Amino acid sequence: MSALTFTLKQETAQRVDMSPLVCQLLKDVSIDDIAAIELQNGKRKIPVSELFDISGADTQNIVIKNSFAKLDFIAKDLQDGSITVEGEAGAYLAMGMKSGTVTVNGDVGLYAACEMKNGLLTIQGNAGDFLGAALPGNKQGMKGGTVLVKGNVGQRVGDHMRRGTMLIEGCAGDYCGSRMIAGTIAVMGATGRFLGYAMQRGTILLWRQPKLSATFNDCGTHTLAFLPILFKSFRKFDSKFAAQAIAFNRVQRYGGDMAEKGRAEILVKLPSAGQNDSAFSAESFH
Amino acid sequence: MIINGVSIDETFAEAFPMKATRAIITAQNEKWAMISAQAMTGFATSVIACGCEAGIERVLDSSETPDGRPGVSVLIFAMGGKGLAKQLETRAGQCVLTSPTSALFAGIDEGLQIPLGKNLRYFGDGFQIAKKIDGKRYWRVPVMDGEFLTEATTGRVDAVGGGNFLVLAESQPQALVACEAAIVEMKKLPNVIMPFPGGVVRSGSKVGSKYPALGASTNDAFCPTLKGITKTDLSPEIESVMEIVIDGLTKEDIDKAMRVGIQAVCDLGAENGIKRISAGNYGGKLGPFHFHLQEIMA
Repeated sequence: MSALTFTLKQETAQRVDMSPLVCQLLKDVSIDDIAAIELQNGKRKIPVSELFDISGADTQNIVIKNSFAKLDFIAKDLQDGSITVEGEAGAYLAMGMKSGTVTVNGDVGLYAACEMKNGLLTIQGNAGDFLGAALPGNKQGMKGGTVLVKGNVGQRVGDHMRRGTMLIEGCAGDYCGSRMIAGTIAVMGATGRFLGYAMQRGTILLWRQPKLSATFNDCGTHTLAFLPILFKSFRKFDSKFAAQAIAFNRVQRYGGDMAEKGRAEILVKLPSAGQNDSAFSAESFH
Repeated sequence: MIINGVSIDETFAEAFPMKATRAIITAQNEKWAMISAQAMTGFATSVIACGCEAGIERVLDSSETPDGRPGVSVLIFAMGGKGLAKQLETRAGQCVLTSPTSALFAGIDEGLQIPLGKNLRYFGDGFQIAKKIDGKRYWRVPVMDGEFLTEATTGRVDAVGGGNFLVLAESQPQALVACEAAIVEMKKLPNVIMPFPGGVVRSGSKVGSKYPALGASTNDAFCPTLKGITKTDLSPEIESVMEIVIDGLTKEDIDKAMRVGIQAVCDLGAENGIKRISAGNYGGKLGPFHFHLQEIMA
């Protein structure tokens, strides 16, 4: 059975709420009924068939083609199944996702993986601000699962993050890990200002020396036994993080944010002789 | 049944259900993993007074351990789940947490999860850090040599304890040599431990005692010095009897260990003073698992 494929006919002027098109809601629903589902588009409701050409029948394997940056809430609360987005995705991608896999080939907007609970989200391009964060007013962001970003990410990555793993191959913007409650954020590229601002617990793992605020204190160099286990868990991903060569267990440990609980840590890979970190150019930061 | 001049009694070893778990201890090198494992499995020969029966299962090389360091796997058996959990926790806390460079991991994933480092984390006084990796929770506890890494829980499974066989020889040195040979072969097998000192017990017990307070007492039927004054099970030429007790994760594991062990003893044969192989048969009073010697060696 081929994947249920939604091919966008043309880009809309207004944003589209894609939250009804997730695997668990479409299970055992006929193609005709799927075509008749109404999607919120600005202040209008329009049927799926007006926006998309529909093909395939496997509702547990959904593909969205010609996607663009105004398709919001893709894979919202996804429970099992897989959603592949060819193109860009709008805001709130995989918001509250419970399980399953989501893959986006292009860039994604604000609040991707916000309050995500489990599963795997892979973003081939860049991600906007508040990746894995809590919605405004809420106290807990991402609570589990893994987010893998091959490009760069915006500001406030992991704001209020509670648990889970965020793997960023590129660079991260300002306030990375801000108000983080726990969890792990790994950034291979550069990080912006106010790293770990008001961070309570959790780990930020870095390959490059960041500019740290005064409220993170140097705890010295260490060999940490959990790092090999952590890196081993990355090997299953199609990512730079899977390479054995990027793994390390010698780190400089910074504890903070001392203006908060002070139980968080920023672990920075200790440079080894002859190493060239130029692959992660700060110029690519957006 | 006679193997190489050694008579195999038509009897069975009687074993009983236990609860068991496996823990993996790693360290900077095998020496320190072994030191920690030996401490953790010390004073754990019999549930009669130790609270549990524990032993080293085998040495693990770096490729077999979760953190890529040399390690040792240990098996711990107890009569009940609560007792097992208590013994595991106190032994992990006093013998592994304290041991330089050590880390502690679950050796069994399935079954009911019981605390391994889950409560040891409080030693961290609030500085401990949890990490959930691939669905498993780990605790990083700051200690003076760096960090103690431990998995939060390990699996508890149903197991079998008290598999055994007796080696009857013409002299004490000959009985001991035969038991040592058996232990060498049995230690090569997974999922079993021989919890007594060096794997061998010379004070095999029977169920009950003339003293009401005691649940077990010396197995007088196999005590050579009592041959003339008790209802003995020994022929005149037997001067020494030693027992090997086996705890295993399954009945099949014990079957296999008994076969390998008895065969090693029989390989020495009658010419080395080994006359008989018997077993601790308590007339069905001890437990539901019966290991018939002749069936095992058939």
